[in-house]
Amino acid sequence: MAGQTTSETRPETPLFEARGIVKKFGEFAANQDVGLVIQPGEKHALLGENGAGKSTLVKMMYGVMQPTSGKFFWNGTETVVHKPAEARDMGIGMVFQHFSVFDALTVVENIALALAPEPMRALSQRIEQVSESYGLAIDPRRAVHTLSVGEKQRVEIIRCLLQNPKLLIMDEPTSVLTPQETEVLFETLEKLAAEGCSILYISHKLEEVKALCDAATILRHGHVVAHCDPKAETARSMAEMMVGNEIAWVEKAASTTPGPVRLRVSHLNLPAASEFGVTLKDLSLEVCGGEVVGIAGVAGEGQSELMEALTGEMLATRAETIHIDDVPMGRANPTQRRIAGAAFVPEERNGHAAVGELTLSENIILSHHTAEGIANRSWIDFGKAADWAKRVREAFDVRSGSDNPIAGSLSGGNLQKFVVGREILREPGVLVVSQPTWGVDAGAASVIRRALIDLAGRGTAVLVISQDLEEIFSICDKIAVIHHGQLSKEHPAAEMTAEKVGLLMGGAHPEASEIPVEEIA
Amino acid sequence: MIVLEPRPQPSRALALLSPVIAIVLTLIAGGILIALMGRPPLEALRIYFFQPFEEFWMWLTLPTGEREMWLYTPSEVIVKAIPLALIGSGLAVCFRANVWNIGAAGQYTMGAIISGWVALSAPEGASGIWLVPYLIAGVLGGMLWAAIPALLRVRFNANEILVSLMLTYVAALLLDWLVRGPFKDPLGFGFPESKEFQPGFIMPVLVDGTRLHLGVALAVIAAVALWVMMGRTMKGFEVRVIGAAPRAGAFAGFSRDRTIWFVMLLSGGLAGLAGAVEISATVQQLQPQINAEYGFVAIIVAFLGRLNPIGALFGAVILAVSYIGGENAQIMLKLPKAVTGIFQGMLLFFLLGCDTLIRFRIRLARPRVG
Repeated sequence: MAGQTTSETRPETPLFEARGIVKKFGEFAANQDVGLVIQPGEKHALLGENGAGKSTLVKMMYGVMQPTSGKFFWNGTETVVHKPAEARDMGIGMVFQHFSVFDALTVVENIALALAPEPMRALSQRIEQVSESYGLAIDPRRAVHTLSVGEKQRVEIIRCLLQNPKLLIMDEPTSVLTPQETEVLFETLEKLAAEGCSILYISHKLEEVKALCDAATILRHGHVVAHCDPKAETARSMAEMMVGNEIAWVEKAASTTPGPVRLRVSHLNLPAASEFGVTLKDLSLEVCGGEVVGIAGVAGEGQSELMEALTGEMLATRAETIHIDDVPMGRANPTQRRIAGAAFVPEERNGHAAVGELTLSENIILSHHTAEGIANRSWIDFGKAADWAKRVREAFDVRSGSDNPIAGSLSGGNLQKFVVGREILREPGVLVVSQPTWGVDAGAASVIRRALIDLAGRGTAVLVISQDLEEIFSICDKIAVIHHGQLSKEHPAAEMTAEKVGLLMGGAHPEASEIPVEEIA
Repeated sequence: MIVLEPRPQPSRALALLSPVIAIVLTLIAGGILIALMGRPPLEALRIYFFQPFEEFWMWLTLPTGEREMWLYTPSEVIVKAIPLALIGSGLAVCFRANVWNIGAAGQYTMGAIISGWVALSAPEGASGIWLVPYLIAGVLGGMLWAAIPALLRVRFNANEILVSLMLTYVAALLLDWLVRGPFKDPLGFGFPESKEFQPGFIMPVLVDGTRLHLGVALAVIAAVALWVMMGRTMKGFEVRVIGAAPRAGAFAGFSRDRTIWFVMLLSGGLAGLAGAVEISATVQQLQPQINAEYGFVAIIVAFLGRLNPIGALFGAVILAVSYIGGENAQIMLKLPKAVTGIFQGMLLFFLLGCDTLIRFRIRLARPRVG
């Protein structure tokens, strides 16, 4: 496939073309004069940071929303797509980042919902044919909630393929996949493209785009900044086009000798809160002062359950399962854990780490009320809260329109800097942070990563739960992997590679995988 | 197709003005309604909504000796506003927590029943100090009735709206049975009512010649205390956070269940207190009709007051004006009593409509032809 180049003569009319697309939300232009040309059988990448306008563009292509101005052409004819059903009829299929499958139904039932009525048995056979010919192994009779995330994605892809699409749109398909699952997906996409189906591949992962795609359109702040051939570019050059300036790569400090164990999780078991939750099974982990430990894993493998067990939002059955600075804390509530020196930054900044309707100084109170003495008995010292908010904003360059705005008015990156900064300025003994840079711009991400490394340098035990492997490798001293609610042993980052982490993410048996890693080391 | 889409920047000024806009719209729509009924709309609106204020103005400006007669209507407005304010300020806090206690009417009735039981079983010649246990009994009665939806919500996730609403009818039927059975006045010629309360159980009147009673102090104290609690204390902060974002509340270490208990017992207790105060001050005995609909009207009061306890005081006065105006309009224009209910309903409708349209805008999704 590497030998196949895109130099063969292109047909005269492209399969799809967008000209001068503008989409405004009030004053804000999410897309500004965007052009995009997709040839038949082309694997075209749509690249851009979070918020660059990629999703807006494809939603318009798929008929979910309408452009403010601009035109779409399908096989050279001007076309207006009013709704997704029309897009599907034209031959556009889309696999969303967040799957729209019903957990309680079987695979075939889920697929039947999207298609014209036909007997279930015939449909099952068609599913089996498609899944065989494209290497998308799946049993049509299985209930969807028993499937892994990668398998759920296959259901979505098969659903699209049964409609014989001419253009398949994939929105960030690999954010939920292990490296191995990604490879299988790429084989499928190559095969589809070889049969003449065009693919629009939306991503911000440059290595993947280089490996898969033969053309790319790069968006920044709603504008098209470049069309390029990803195979001719380097990851770095495309990143610079995406971000618009030189990226500050965060460098790890030369590792110092770690201090005493400050966070210890031993044999933590926690039953799932709901039918579709994840049960935590016998989790053990130690984080020393001065150390950044990363927990990698694809989405939904027990990360949020682990986070809630660590914050105290869910209580363990025994106090001894979680020690903070050698004090048993498994049955303590979040406030008691904070008084003991722990601090937490949950994944969801709006609605979990912060309340959008409250001002920044009120949001300080959430985690500081008792641990930092902002609540004086039952009275709130608003002056003290405002002081903290000001310090956080200055130390972490949190930009906002007014002096003490409501949290919901901040951009994602600024609010994330605020909720991370709020905890770091407490100088906690233990910091647990989940997805520290999810959905924030590159500038904010490097500020946050730098701050986490510096905090560890001052003797704090830092635990980072992240789905972003690049992030894990760039800041962590040790790496463990969570899969199906179980945690692998932690390994020094220097001994880990993306492939090894990927094997663990895909659930290679912990015992089996430990041996090779240690033998190599 | 009509689509509601969020406005990028909802106006804060409009959000505060929303009750005023709603009142103006109610007046306009009410005027049209009255005109359709063949009555002079401006005259009717004046009687409905402005006469109490005109009379209050007369009382303020006229010299002593001439002005006393003008105090009666304004004082009646305050008398009506007292139970509305007591219930409404409690509901304001409860709704802030995103807990929907719709059954304040039942808690009001239960407060009246339990406090009435205290009044009816007290020895002859009980002194005014008996008001204290009497009012406490009212609070406990309301809390007891609110505890049922709270418990079912916390333990079984049962919807508090339905449970509290249904319990309203249970309380009303219980009262009905009591005044026909155990509480029935043996000398009452078979009427379904209890003995009249002894003087020790009657709320002291503050101004001679009116029915303005001590309850006004209770209502103001309750509203100010709740306002301070919501703005300055951890308890109020907890209520606001749990209401706005329950997960953030859990992150802060606040218990959602405890907050549900707290706001249900608080709003139930205040509704029970309102019931005790009201039967002591105006009805002065137990009977099937004890104005329990205040419990529903207080929902409008809480929203009109922007879910702020002090705001509920003003909301209570406005709704009380509509009651008194309705009575005057019945007398002077022969308008049916139901018009009062229509006005109150329109007010809530316009208020919720304004709130929605301030945060969202309506867009007609035109089906474009390709």
